[in-house]
Order: sequence, then structure tokens, then C-alpha cells
Amino acid sequence: MDISPIAFYIFSVMAIAFSALVVLKKNPVASAFSLVMVFFCFAGIYALLDAHLVAALQILVYAGAITVLFIFVIMLLNADVPSFDIGRSHILVKILAGVAAVAVLAAFVWAFKNSAQIQPTGTFSAEKIQTLGGNTRVLSTLLFSEYILPFELTSVLLLAGIVGAVAIAKRKPSQQ
Amino acid sequence: MNLSSVEPWIILSFCSVIFFIGLFGVMIRRNILIILMSIELMLNAVNLTFVTYSKQLAHLGGQMSVFFIITVAAAESAVGLGLVIAMFRTLKTVDTDQIQMLRE
Repeated sequence: MDISPIAFYIFSVMAIAFSALVVLKKNPVASAFSLVMVFFCFAGIYALLDAHLVAALQILVYAGAITVLFIFVIMLLNADVPSFDIGRSHILVKILAGVAAVAVLAAFVWAFKNSAQIQPTGTFSAEKIQTLGGNTRVLSTLLFSEYILPFELTSVLLLAGIVGAVAIAKRKPSQQ
Repeated sequence: MNLSSVEPWIILSFCSVIFFIGLFGVMIRRNILIILMSIELMLNAVNLTFVTYSKQLAHLGGQMSVFFIITVAAAESAVGLGLVIAMFRTLKTVDTDQIQMLRE
């Protein structure tokens, strides 16, 4: 794919490093801030892949809303107690699990590398999107024509999510 | 290795690395907030796979799917964090090992 390799490798190495920090950091607040960095790196890769609307949504929804929600809950619960316990299993089980994980990952990489060259099946090549007015315009047109039913169902889902979150979080322990 | 462009399989392999880091986090951590964050990592890895195939196939269905996955992820984390608050009210902890009310 004709994207800048230097930018892609910088973003991907940073994303891998910060996602390892998300998993390995003891303090939840540190994990949440590493998560913001991972989301920004992903937004950069989306922008490199010409998915401008997705990149903007990634920053707005993930790096903005979701992370603020996480940090808010950590602060609200005062739950930033450091905790890290890799488990009580036997050392042999851990080694086996690590070997198995690396083997599965290697199988994935091998499959991706040796899969047949995919021919484009769609009609939205980069040049055509450019002449139609850019990624955001084309996606918005699709969203309100071909994908109108999932879009409307999404609004129902969000409404259910709001009602559910309020109903679950507001309940007092004595009412159970 | 071609240095003027990035092969698709490199991007897809990067996605699976991030997905496995997220899976690792879900399996080894006990703090439920970190488990939710690892789930977000896995969702992001899948989103990047969708966008890569969307570019490779010159088909915008992948980016449309990412739009809907982001919405579902936002709803999921809102409800999930509501559940964490309810759990903290009842059990006074965010440790998943302490959730054993059915065993008692």
C-alpha cells in the first residue's frame, strides 16, 4: 500500500509499546493515559490509510469520550490502588502459554503473508473518492443511503445504552 | 523488503499483535477497569483490520463497519463502567477475584 513507511513504523512501534504499558502498568490511571496514546497512534494510522472520517471519530470518541469516562470512573471510585498479580499457576503452565501465544501469532503472520493477492472488488479507488469530494463526503452519502437502516438502529442502541447505564449506576445497594 | 510502501500483511500482523496484547491483558489482569481497557484495545485492532481491507478492496463497507463498531464500543464502555460502579457499591472492590457471591 502506498503509505509512508516511516510514519507507519513510528506509529505502530509506539502503539505496541503503549498497549504493552496499558496491560503491564500497575496503576489504572497510568494505564488510562497510555490508552490515550494508543488511540492517537491508531488515529495516525487511519489517516495514513486515507480513512479521514474514521481518524477524526477515533480521536473524538475514543481518545476524547471513552478515556475521559475511564479516568472519571477511576477518580470516582478512588480505585487507583496499584494491583498486579500475574497469577498463581505453575511456571511450566506459564511457559507453555507463552509458547502457544507466540505460535498462534506466528501462524497469523504466516497466513497474512502467504494469502493470495486480493483483487479490489469495490469501485471506490483512491482516485474515484478524490473526484467524488473526499472520504468524508463519500462515507456520509453512503451512510444516509445504503446504510440508513443500521444507522437508525444505532440510535436505538445508544438510547438503550444511556438508559441502561443510568439504571445500573443509579441503583442503591439497599434496593437490591 | 520494499521500503517505499508498506505491504498489507505488515499492517494486518500489527493488528494481530495489538489484539493479542489486549487478549493477554484480559487474561492476566484482575482489575476490572484494566480488563475493560484491554477490550477497547482488541476492538481497536479489529477496526484497523477493517480499514486495511477496506483500502485493499477499494470498498467502503469496511470503514462503515468501523463507524458502527465505534458506536457499539462507546455504548459498551458506558454500560460496562456503570456495572463497575454498581459492583464497587456492592463489593467495595474492583478486583474480579472478589466476585464470588454465587460460590458462597
